[in-house]
Amino acid sequence: MRPSTIWYILKQGFINIKRNGMFSVASVMTMAVCIFLFGTFYSIVVNVNHVTKIAEAQVPVTVFFEEGTTREQIEEVSDLIRKWPEVESVTYVSPDEGWDAFSQKLFPEGSAAATLFKDENPLENSANLQITMNTIERQNALVLYLNGLDHVRSVNQARQAADTLTNFNRILYYTSVIIIVILLLIAVFLIGNTIAVGISVRKEEIGIMKYIGATDRFVRAPFLLEGIVLGAVGAAIPLAALYFLYNQTIAYIAGQFTVYSGTVEMLDVKSVFQTLGPVGLVLGVGIGLSASYLVTKKHLWV
Amino acid sequence: MSTSMIDLVDVTKSYGKGLPAVSHVNLHVDKGEFVFIVGSSGSGKSTMIKLLLKELDQTSGSITVNGEQLDSMKHRKIPKYRRKLGVVFQDFRLLRDRNVYENVAFAQRVINLPTRVIRKRVPAVLQEVGLAEKYKSLPDELSGGEQQRVAIARALVNRPDLLLADEPTGNLDPKTSEEIMALLSQINRRGTTVLVVTHNREIVNAMKKRVVTMQNGVIISDEKEGEYHEA
Repeated sequence: MRPSTIWYILKQGFINIKRNGMFSVASVMTMAVCIFLFGTFYSIVVNVNHVTKIAEAQVPVTVFFEEGTTREQIEEVSDLIRKWPEVESVTYVSPDEGWDAFSQKLFPEGSAAATLFKDENPLENSANLQITMNTIERQNALVLYLNGLDHVRSVNQARQAADTLTNFNRILYYTSVIIIVILLLIAVFLIGNTIAVGISVRKEEIGIMKYIGATDRFVRAPFLLEGIVLGAVGAAIPLAALYFLYNQTIAYIAGQFTVYSGTVEMLDVKSVFQTLGPVGLVLGVGIGLSASYLVTKKHLWV
Repeated sequence: MSTSMIDLVDVTKSYGKGLPAVSHVNLHVDKGEFVFIVGSSGSGKSTMIKLLLKELDQTSGSITVNGEQLDSMKHRKIPKYRRKLGVVFQDFRLLRDRNVYENVAFAQRVINLPTRVIRKRVPAVLQEVGLAEKYKSLPDELSGGEQQRVAIARALVNRPDLLLADEPTGNLDPKTSEEIMALLSQINRRGTTVLVVTHNREIVNAMKKRVVTMQNGVIISDEKEGEYHEA
């Protein structure tokens, strides 16, 4: 294609956008809302995922032993566990330590229940090992291994907290997918409508072009460009806004929840946007392009 | 080398279930000929132009233009075929927001010709139609005759082998109509085959060219130096 032809197509594409000013603005706005929501949901989902992983890694695996297991036998098991490179720490919790922690949690000091057991330890056979791992991926494998060891009565994975987060994440994911799909369909419709208006305004010109011998591709190109530009602008605006807002949110959370730092640690803006940026842009451009392609295919057959 | 420009063999075009717009038409036009197709409204002459432009497909029969078989032509080949034709319409069909030069250059721009060719060819063709001085004017600043000259210049700028004119004098006064027909005649003398669809009796009778008369989609007469006989 000659530079003069490319220039012509570019010029006509931008003239189209200008001519249908209001429709163009409406299309960009709808696209912007879509991409903004997409970006927001994406940021939440990846962060919940991230927090879930951290939480999972911090939740210890607890190994309980059969009645009569000696301390030496427990130590042997402990040595075997330490051989796993993913295991960060193995802590022995004696029955007394276990009972103290349990009763303090359940029966506040001075309450009637606290005196119920006096010197008895109902968790006498509950000596256990608490294992923390540096990665969650191998937790299931470790649990399986532990269940196969001698003297081991049960293994608690204690995944409840992590499971709650995972479930929340799943609900959020499906809800966001539904909302985004609906909004994207609206965006396709609106951009298609804008292009169709542009085509009807230029119907005579298109007719002349066809009689003169312009190819379908040449006639379509400015309208496709219009769709791409509307999609790209509609994506770039919310992405820029999200970048700014995300940074602000991280700073706010870091300031407000210092207590939870380490547990509630959000992903930094770069790691979110290295995926969200290109995906958002491709989504915007792709929607703009497909909407204009569908409409021009329908209206430009002469 | 073939001398045939247009060959219609038993061509019929029907829209729906009614009478066909064109029925079993046979027409042969040699290269370099000037032919009028005349007839009243609904006689099928405009359908003939649309068939030749490949804007419509015939229902049956075969059409060959300048060696190109239109029946089997694929959609993507149509633009290339149309580049060898020039078309002029009754309503001029100029781009109102572009001046004379840009309107003519547009025909070259859409077929991807380089700017240096456009810069050379457009002034030459404007000179040919007598509008060299008005290249900066917008269509609305021109008379009807001048606008039709711009349309003719646009049709000629790509040096077509065949010029199709659909009622080119329909919106013009008698004197301007004569000027336009004189211009078309001049173009024909330079070797371009010209086919004019009209119902302007005075013009047809004055020109003494081949006249093909249509009525109800059928050719009822074909005279070498004919006249327009009202059916």
